[in-house]
Amino acid sequence: MIALENVTKTYPKASRPSLDAVTVGIEKGEFVFFIGPSGSGKSTFIKLLLHEVQPTSGRVVVNAKDVTTMRPWRIPHFRRSIGCVFQDFRLLPNRTAYENVAFALEVIGKTKAVARRVVPEVLELVGLGGKEHRYPHELSGGEQQRVAVARAFVNRPLILLADEPTGNLDPDTSIEIMRLLDRINRTGTTVVMVTHDSNIVNQMRRRVIEIESGRIVRDQARGVYG
Amino acid sequence: MRLKYVLNEVLVGLWRNVTMTIAMIITLTVSLTMLGASVLLYLQVDEMKDVHYGRIEVSVFLRDDVTDAQRTSLQAALQRNPLVKSLTYENREQAYARFQRIWSDSPVLVTAVRPGALPESFRVKLKDPETYDKLAAQLKDQSGIGTIVDQRELLSKVFAIFGSVQKLALVIAVTMAVAALLLVANTIQVAAYSKRREVAVMKLVGASNWFVQAPFVLEAMAAGVIGSIVAFAALYAGRSVLFGGPSGALTTVLTPIPEGNMWLMLPLLAAVGAGVSGITAWFTLRFYLRV
Repeated sequence: MIALENVTKTYPKASRPSLDAVTVGIEKGEFVFFIGPSGSGKSTFIKLLLHEVQPTSGRVVVNAKDVTTMRPWRIPHFRRSIGCVFQDFRLLPNRTAYENVAFALEVIGKTKAVARRVVPEVLELVGLGGKEHRYPHELSGGEQQRVAVARAFVNRPLILLADEPTGNLDPDTSIEIMRLLDRINRTGTTVVMVTHDSNIVNQMRRRVIEIESGRIVRDQARGVYG
Repeated sequence: MRLKYVLNEVLVGLWRNVTMTIAMIITLTVSLTMLGASVLLYLQVDEMKDVHYGRIEVSVFLRDDVTDAQRTSLQAALQRNPLVKSLTYENREQAYARFQRIWSDSPVLVTAVRPGALPESFRVKLKDPETYDKLAAQLKDQSGIGTIVDQRELLSKVFAIFGSVQKLALVIAVTMAVAALLLVANTIQVAAYSKRREVAVMKLVGASNWFVQAPFVLEAMAAGVIGSIVAFAALYAGRSVLFGGPSGALTTVLTPIPEGNMWLMLPLLAAVGAGVSGITAWFTLRFYLRV
């Protein structure tokens, strides 16, 4: 599903590479934590998968497509197979929960009729039934992140990337979000989550990949934060 | 649905930053008006050249002491000449009658000139008005000729003035176009900045590049079209003022601008206005959004 082959990424003007000859493979349906200190290269990993940055050397393969050689005009379509959730939610403040999710459908060419059918369904799935018409500022942090998860998942992507999704949430809310991601993972979606949250990693007991200074220092099938 | 979305974005975009929009439209209008005036003048001068060059003659004035033999030999030479299309002879009485007719507005001038003071002449129409120099060279050896006047020379002076006016209009059009393009680029940047959250989400969920760019590009193109319509109205009003009625300032100098040429300006200006500002917007977005 995801494969990095000997990938090195050095940003211009950086003294050392953010990722240094990393090779890693993630199978379909896996749930993987990426952990490591700030600046260790976790975010670069996410950006490589989204084709936001290009590797300096090596190959990045996502959904059996070589991202490194992908033509720029194919990237938008490619991104539709990946859902993304971020620490800061990235919701549109002037749109309701329903509209935020529907927006993601509309801009990739789905009709309003499709949105009317699919959006309530996915909002129900993330536990926001009845709050469709609230604006982000009328929702709690956890609820806002649920909207973001709904938006990421509404296209039924093959991969869900979560970049510190619980970074702004209290422990109880974080656990609820993790249950949600776990549920999405059980539908067959590959989930890749970057986090600092040791409690969550220890509770979930999933595969843990630890990065330090751009190198993988640990890759454990049912790991803990360490 | 998508069309409705895009059109709505365009309207909201134009209204969001209405002062910039107005500045953009005004500069576009001035630029397009100048462009339209330049093109119209160009077409007009071309047409006038056709009309006037068809009418002009070379006047071969004879000396006062010309003999009958000289006159006959000159006439024969002109009739034989392959450059000459037609030839008419004007004696002193005819010249005076014509003089009276042309200057009938100025009786003082007419009374000041005695009948018979004007020289007799041959009026020559050339097959090709450009061959005047050749004819002049061929007539050099003939005796009895006073002066040869080529009307084309007078006309070229007039056309040279029109040419300069036209070039000036074009220079103003280009200068204003540069200002307009900078304003378009700036407006689009502001628009893209105010919608940066939407754009970020669109890119994240995989909206196609054209879908992200279309509202901005169409916004610029709409401004271009509005500018071209105002410019067309300005040209139309300008024509009415300059050519309308007998008192119009240019009626005596220029032939009237045909309606067809006038209406040709609307699609021309709209295409130039929309095309140029749309392309500018698209280039701006390529650098600004990196989509």
